[in-house]
Amino acid sequence: MAASSGDLHEDPKQLKPATIDRHRAVVSIMEELEAIDWYDQRIDAAGDEQLKQLLAHNRDEEKEHASMMLEWLRRHDAKLDEHLRTYLFTDKNLLDIEHEAEHGASGQESGGGGALANGDGSLGIGSLRK
Amino acid sequence: MNDLLREHAPISTAAWAQIDAEAARTLKVLLAARRLVDFTGPLGWSTSAISLGRTEKLSPSLQEGVASRIRRVQPLTEIRIPFELARDELEAIGRGASDPDLNAVRNAARAAAIAEDRAVFQGYAAAGIEGIFQASGEQRLVIPEKFEGYPDIVAEATHRLRSAGVNGPYGIALGPRCYTGLTRSTSRGYPIIDHVRELLDGPIVWAPAADGAVVMSLRGGDFELTVGQDFSIGYLDHTSTSVLLYLQESFTFRVLSPEAAVPLVYATAST
Repeated sequence: MAASSGDLHEDPKQLKPATIDRHRAVVSIMEELEAIDWYDQRIDAAGDEQLKQLLAHNRDEEKEHASMMLEWLRRHDAKLDEHLRTYLFTDKNLLDIEHEAEHGASGQESGGGGALANGDGSLGIGSLRK
Repeated sequence: MNDLLREHAPISTAAWAQIDAEAARTLKVLLAARRLVDFTGPLGWSTSAISLGRTEKLSPSLQEGVASRIRRVQPLTEIRIPFELARDELEAIGRGASDPDLNAVRNAARAAAIAEDRAVFQGYAAAGIEGIFQASGEQRLVIPEKFEGYPDIVAEATHRLRSAGVNGPYGIALGPRCYTGLTRSTSRGYPIIDHVRELLDGPIVWAPAADGAVVMSLRGGDFELTVGQDFSIGYLDHTSTSVLLYLQESFTFRVLSPEAAVPLVYATAST
C-alpha cells in the first residue's frame, strides 16, 4: 500500500476489504482538501497575475476531485449518507437541523411526529452490509 | 410534515420513539437481502421508477420517416402493512412502562421484511421483479438429503462462481430449513455450519424468506436493491381506544449478473 494510505491503525489482516477501501477514499479526500488549502494560500502569496489564475484553476479541479470522492464515500457509508442528507444543501441553522433530526420537527411532547432516525421520516434502516 | 402524517397521530414523542425503535430492531434482525446485495437509495417517496437504459421500438410510427422508441423503466413497488396499537399501551409508555405491548409493530415489521426478501430471493412477477432463484436458476445445485453433504455443495457453488469469472467475497443466504439443520448438525463433533463458514469469506445470513439457500458474490455490481422510501411508519386513523398506523416502503430489485449466484434448491423444487 502507498505510504499515504499506509497509516492503518489496526492489523490489515483483521480489516475487511470494504474498510480498507473506505480508508483509501478518506485519505484521498484529506489530500484533496489539504491541496485546496495550500492553493488558497499560494494564490494569496503569488505576485504574478497569470500564476494566480493557474493556481486558482488547479485548486478548483481539486474541489471537483474532493466532491467526487466524497460522493463515493457517501454511497458506501449508509450513516454518512444519512447525515449528509440531513445537513447538506439546507439553509437553516445547522444546530436547529440537528435538534429537529433528533427530537422531531415541532419538539412538542404530543403529536410532534416522534424522533426519527432519518430526516426523510424513515426508520433509517439502509444497507445492512458490513 | 410529510405524507406519513405522523404529526396527526395522538402519540407522544416518547411513544413514537419506542414504536420506531421496535420496528427498526425487528427489521434489522429479519432483513437478509440487505446484508448481501447492493443498496441504492433511499431515493425518496416521489421516485416512481428506475431507468433500465433500454428502449423499445414503437409501432405504428407517429409519422412517416419518424422512428419512435419508448424508454424502458422498472417501476418501484409500494408495500404497506397497516397495524393497530392500543392507546392504553401508548399512554403507559408516557408513565415509564418499559414493557408496552408492541406486538403489532413487530408483526408488521416481520411481514415487511419477509415481503422485501421474498421479492429479492423468489421474485415478484406482478411487480416485474425477477428474484435471484429464478434469474440464476441455470446454475442451481440440488441440496443433499443429509446435512453432512452441505460443505461439498457449498464448495461446488463457489467453484462454479470462480469458474464463471465471478470473484468473492462469497456469502450465503440460508432459508429456515437449511439454517436450522446446519446449526443443529455436527460432523465428527464439529458443527457443520462451521465447515460451511470456512469455505466462505463473506457472511452466513439467516434468510426466512428464502426457500433453500443461495451462494452469492458480494463483489458488488451484481444485485441491486433500489429503495425509494425506506421503511417508514405513518398514521392512518384513530379512535378513543386505538391508533391505526402503517409500515411502508417503496423498492424494486434487479439481478444484473445472473452468473454471480448459485441457488441451492430442494430436490422437489428442482424438477
